[in-house]
Amino acid sequence: MDLFQYDFMIRAMIGALIIGLAAPSLGIYLVQRRLSLIGDGIGHVALTGVGVGLLLNQSPVLAAVIVSAIGAIGVELIRERGRTSGDLALALLFYGGIAGGVVLVSLSDDASSNSLIQYLFGSLITTSPTDIVLIGVLGALVLIAMLGLRPALFAVCNDEEYARVSGLPVRTLNLLMAVTTAVTVTIAMRTVGLLLVSALMVIPVAAAQQVTRGFRGTMAAAMAIGVGAAGAGVIFSAEVDTPPGATTVILALALFVAIAVGSAAWRMMRRRSQPPREVEPPDVVLQKA
Amino acid sequence: MSIVDVRHLAVGYEGREILHDVSLSVDRKEVVAILGANGSGKSTLIRTVLGLVPIARGEIDLFETPQRRFRQWARVGYVPQRLGAGSGVPATVGEVVASGRLARRGIFRLPGAADRDAVRDALADVGLLDRADDPVATLSGGQQQRTLIARALAGKPDLLVLDEPTAGVDAASQEAFAASLRRFGDNGGTILLVAHELGPLRPLIDRAVVVHEGRIAYEGAPPEPAGHHAEPDHDHVHPHAVQPAAGICEWAPTDRMAAN
Repeated sequence: MDLFQYDFMIRAMIGALIIGLAAPSLGIYLVQRRLSLIGDGIGHVALTGVGVGLLLNQSPVLAAVIVSAIGAIGVELIRERGRTSGDLALALLFYGGIAGGVVLVSLSDDASSNSLIQYLFGSLITTSPTDIVLIGVLGALVLIAMLGLRPALFAVCNDEEYARVSGLPVRTLNLLMAVTTAVTVTIAMRTVGLLLVSALMVIPVAAAQQVTRGFRGTMAAAMAIGVGAAGAGVIFSAEVDTPPGATTVILALALFVAIAVGSAAWRMMRRRSQPPREVEPPDVVLQKA
Repeated sequence: MSIVDVRHLAVGYEGREILHDVSLSVDRKEVVAILGANGSGKSTLIRTVLGLVPIARGEIDLFETPQRRFRQWARVGYVPQRLGAGSGVPATVGEVVASGRLARRGIFRLPGAADRDAVRDALADVGLLDRADDPVATLSGGQQQRTLIARALAGKPDLLVLDEPTAGVDAASQEAFAASLRRFGDNGGTILLVAHELGPLRPLIDRAVVVHEGRIAYEGAPPEPAGHHAEPDHDHVHPHAVQPAAGICEWAPTDRMAAN
C-alpha cells in the first residue's frame, strides 16, 4: 500500500496501534469499577497541563502527564473517602481543568485555536519521531503494569474490601491505576484527542464483554478490538480524508453495534433450535393449603 | 491459643458510637456465631476485627499479634455477605476463586501449580467444580455465596470469618455451605460468623454471642429460636428457595406458543 511511503503515516500507524492496545488494557479495570467516564475527566484536566506546557515553553505532553497525574491522584483520594460530595468535587475538578486549559493556551505564544483543536481532537499525522519514542515507552509501561498485575488489579476492582482483608496494598494499586489513567490519557491525546480518549478505553471493552465469559477473555478481546479499530481508523481516515481520531472511535462503535446485533441474533437462533426445557416438579410445597 | 481476642472495643461512625465496650475471644478450632438483630452492631464487630472499620477504643489481637502489626492476612479467609458490587465486565467462577490465592502468593508472582490445585480443591469442596468456567453472573444467589466461600478456602486460611453467609440463600446451598464449614472445622479451622438466624449451621456452633445495641447481651450455647422461627413447622426454608416458580414463568409463554 503506497499510503505508507510517507514516514509520517508510518509514525501515525505505530502511535495508533500502541494506543489501541494500551487503552483497553487499562479501560477494562475502569469499566469494572464503574469509572467509565474517568478518562474523560482526566482528559479535561490534562488540557490544563497542555496550557502550562505551552505557557512555559516546555513539552506540552510532559506537562500534561504531570498535571493529569496530580488530577488523577486527587480524584482517587476523593473516591477513597466515599463521600457523596465526591461526585460534585469531580465535576468541579473537570470543569476547572478544561477552563484552565483554554485560558492558559490563549495566554501562551502559540495562542491559535488550531493548537487547541490539535489537543482536543488529536493530530496523529503531526506526530514527531520524539513523540513516537515517548508514546512507545509510556505505552509499554502501561501494558506491563496492566497485564503483569492483572490478578491483583482484578481483585481490587472486583471486591475492594476482600482485597484489603487479603492484605493487598489496595491504596498503592488504586494510585497506580490513577497514574496509569493519566499517562494513557496523555499519550492518547495525540491519536484521538482529549475529548475522545475515554472512547478508546471503554468502547472496546463494552464491545468485547457482550460475547466473552471471563475477565481474561474480555481483556484479550478488548485489546484486539482496540488495535483493530485504531489501525483501520488510520487507513480509513487517510483514504477518505477524515480526522483519524474520530474515525477510529466511529469504527470502534460500529464494531460494538455489529457484535451486539450478531450475538443477539445468535442467541435467538440457538434458543429456537433448542427444544423447550422440561421443568422438574417442584420439590418444595409452594403454598400450604 | 486465642485466634481472635477483642478487648473493651468501642467503634463509632461520624460521632455515633455503634459498639461500646465489647470483649470477645475465639480460641483455636472454635466455631463462634455472633447473633443479633439488624442494626445491633454484629456486622460492625467482625468488620472491625478484619480491619475494615477503624477502632475507636480498645484492642484487637489476631493470632496473638496486635491487629495494627498483623501481616499474615493469608491466615484469614473472609466471606462477605455478597459478591462485590460487580459490574458489566464478566468474570468466571474460577477467576473469582483464584483471587483467594493472592494473599498467599503476593501480587508479583504468577499463579503456579499449587495455586491451580488449591482453586480446584476449593471449588470441589463447595460443589461448583463443573461451573468453574461459567460467568459468576449466571449463578444463583446461593451458588454465588458458595463461590465466595471457595475463594476464602482457596487461600488455605486458619480462620474463616463469614458475614451472614446464609442470608437469602436457597436450602440446597445452605446445606452445601454447612458441609463445607464442617469439613473446614474438622480439619482444625477456626470459624467466626455473623448470622441473623442459624438454620442448618446450628449444629456446628460451639458458642453463640448475642449483640444487642452495641453490647454483648448473651454468651453461651446457641439460644433457642424466638418468634415465628420457633414455630414447630418453621423449617427455615425461605422463599428464595422456591426457584421452580421462576421456572414456570419462563416456561409458560413457550407452552402457549406451542399450543397456537
